[in-house]
Amino acid sequence: MPTRTVPSSHVKKSFGELHSRYHELAPNLVPMDYTNDPDCKVPMQLIINMPELTENPFKERIVESFSEAGDGNLSFNDFVDMFSVLSEMAPRELKAIYAFKIYDFNTDNFICKSDLEQTLNKLTREELTPEEVNLVCEKVIEEADLDGDGKLAFADFENMISRAPDFLSTFHIRI
Amino acid sequence: MKRKLTTLKEAHEFVDKFEGSLGKGKGKKFYAYKVMMQKKWMKFQRDFENFRTACIPWEMKIKEIESHFGSSVASYFIFLRWMYGINMVLFGLTFGLVMVPEALMGKPYGSMPRKTVPKSEEATAMDFSILWDFGVSNCLSLYVVAICYFVHFMHFVLLDHCESMSTHILSWVTADPGQPGMCIFFVFKGFSQYSVLFYGYYNNQRAIGWLKFRMPLSYFMTGVGTIAYSFMVVIRTMANNANEEGGGDDTSFTFSWKMFTSWDYLIGNPETADNKFASITTSFKESIVEEQENRKEENIHLTRFLRVLANFLVLCCLGGSGYLIYFVVRRSQKFAQEGLDDYGWWERNEVNMVMSLLGMFCPMLFDVISALENYHPRIALQWQLGRIFALFLGNLYTFIIALLDEINLKLEEEAIVRINMTIWEASLYNGTVAENATAPPLEVDPAVVPRGPCWETMVGQEFVRLTVSDTVTTYITLLVGDFLRAVFVRFLNYCWCWDLEYGFPSYAEFDISGNVLGLIFNQGMIWMGAFYAPCLPAINVIRLHVSMYLQCWAVMCCNVPHARVFKASGSNNFYIAMLLVILFLSTLPAVYTIVSIPPSFDCGPFSGKHRMFDVIQETLDNDFPAWFGKVFGYASNPGLILSFILLMV
Repeated sequence: MPTRTVPSSHVKKSFGELHSRYHELAPNLVPMDYTNDPDCKVPMQLIINMPELTENPFKERIVESFSEAGDGNLSFNDFVDMFSVLSEMAPRELKAIYAFKIYDFNTDNFICKSDLEQTLNKLTREELTPEEVNLVCEKVIEEADLDGDGKLAFADFENMISRAPDFLSTFHIRI
Repeated sequence: MKRKLTTLKEAHEFVDKFEGSLGKGKGKKFYAYKVMMQKKWMKFQRDFENFRTACIPWEMKIKEIESHFGSSVASYFIFLRWMYGINMVLFGLTFGLVMVPEALMGKPYGSMPRKTVPKSEEATAMDFSILWDFGVSNCLSLYVVAICYFVHFMHFVLLDHCESMSTHILSWVTADPGQPGMCIFFVFKGFSQYSVLFYGYYNNQRAIGWLKFRMPLSYFMTGVGTIAYSFMVVIRTMANNANEEGGGDDTSFTFSWKMFTSWDYLIGNPETADNKFASITTSFKESIVEEQENRKEENIHLTRFLRVLANFLVLCCLGGSGYLIYFVVRRSQKFAQEGLDDYGWWERNEVNMVMSLLGMFCPMLFDVISALENYHPRIALQWQLGRIFALFLGNLYTFIIALLDEINLKLEEEAIVRINMTIWEASLYNGTVAENATAPPLEVDPAVVPRGPCWETMVGQEFVRLTVSDTVTTYITLLVGDFLRAVFVRFLNYCWCWDLEYGFPSYAEFDISGNVLGLIFNQGMIWMGAFYAPCLPAINVIRLHVSMYLQCWAVMCCNVPHARVFKASGSNNFYIAMLLVILFLSTLPAVYTIVSIPPSFDCGPFSGKHRMFDVIQETLDNDFPAWFGKVFGYASNPGLILSFILLMV
């Protein structure tokens, strides 16, 4: 069992259960023994095939946001962080930070119009016409952008999401 | 010092209280136990909520429909489910308090004249099945129906409403049942007429069985109770809905929240994911429509003028059709009095044809006129509903006139039968008893006693006929209009000159207004007839149950979503408001017949009384202690009642 403590893990399952899930993803890659603090990462393809993530339209972005290098390969710490943030008990501010990262497709620390378009297309599986997509994105920027720069900074996003009634219940994965 | 002591005391209490959570001292185990119990309780509450939601009938079906077709179509099904609930309660009341006691504790079949099939009808008594006599008029009606099917589908549904209501006019106008092929006949003859299903079977004995169950009183009170319950439920639902809609429409982050919080990360099942994608898309489309409507630039004056003009035209239409119906009904009454032999086919079926044609052309006209008004689609739907509703009131009016005329006919017949009865009784005695002496009761076979026409049972039969014919036409319309059309478009598309799916006729959209109106009017019929045919709520429960499954299947299988999907908020209250109006209108005829027409002398629980509500007076006199009667007498002083009503208002 790993001896280092991960700060504020909110996951109900025990560490051992999490580790066995992580190990199941790539049994050949993940060692059972962490005493030497090995540096192994499970590739993104294996993680997005997990049953909890496979139906999610944002699965690639989720995994990318939690990987340290940004390439989607998760170490065990990243894995635990991911499920910790997405669990029920994580505080709202923490969730908002990661939600912002997830929806920021081009990782420029702003949610701009193209990010919104990509989000919308993933959500509706591209069933809306381009005019409709344009209308929605413009409306979102109009509603949430406080500083008027035409894109959402983290402050704008957080201001909007803190008032949302459904955010905590939908931004939640149980493992 | 004192302050130090109080602080110390408070600190002690604090430590005692939270000892356990600090992980030390004797409170530890108890605290851990308490926390565990709290968690278990919360989990139990969550599971119970889940269970409760799962128990709501048809919830999954409706959610699926909502995700594919939008909240306006789903609101129809939610309305249908709510009506089903009301009808279940009505069914429970009539079944438990009226039908079961009479069946179990009343005199059995065959023991009394009113409970036996008379000798003259015995030959046809086993004709239990529905007799369908398709005649020339019906064929022509079908032809007219086929015409309007190609013009506009919605009016196809409406036509059937007109048709079913006009069948009684027809059977009344052509009173000779032997007339070959001229009427549509639904015959509920035979044993079912002489059973608990209809009013005529019930005995007027005051108290039956070992429980001394007051049958007539129960019958009357159940009738009043069903109406009262319906009023209560409808008004309470309206109040609830009004409360809910007061707040909550003022969100300023609609689109943002939809974009960032609508996807549920817990979804792991592919089918659920599909539904969720569909529902998110529909939800976005609804909001887009709202936004586009808000952005439309309006020339206020022109719009107002056009709307006033449109309403004026519609009023002219309605007035014209109302007068036409009235005129035609008067003429047919005149024809009936003069005998029908002098007149050709058109005169015989005039009322039927006029109503069919009106039902076909007026809604189309309303549709065209509403293009002038340029309303939000939700508001346009409400106006359309309101106008067609007003048109149907004309139908209702004719139906009630026809019924009242028939009741009067039966009352006259009854007077004649009464006279014949005394003659027949005298003939039985054959002069063995002196003129003024009281005769000993005779042993006569109940089937031989001459029977008065029981107008109440006749009324009940009319309503049952109407409900059944309405149901059957709706289902056939659904199958032919939606299903066959979808099959036609789907399979003949390959060998047709133009693209059937995009051009004409394409798949049908779910017709909300037609279906809602059908449901509301059907319920109005039930309320009107439940007093005279206790079996009506039962029939309606079955009908609604079947409708739910059939329509859910038809919608998912044969319909396409509307081109412009709009949110249904507000329409629910609108449907319920219409229901309230219909409830009020349908109680009026029933109350009128109870209060002003004397019950038949030989059938039903009120036979022999002067008026039906005399049963209340009787109960008060006999069953309650004397002082109660006095108090009630004072209380029913008109002055008091008037002030009470004013207070309530």
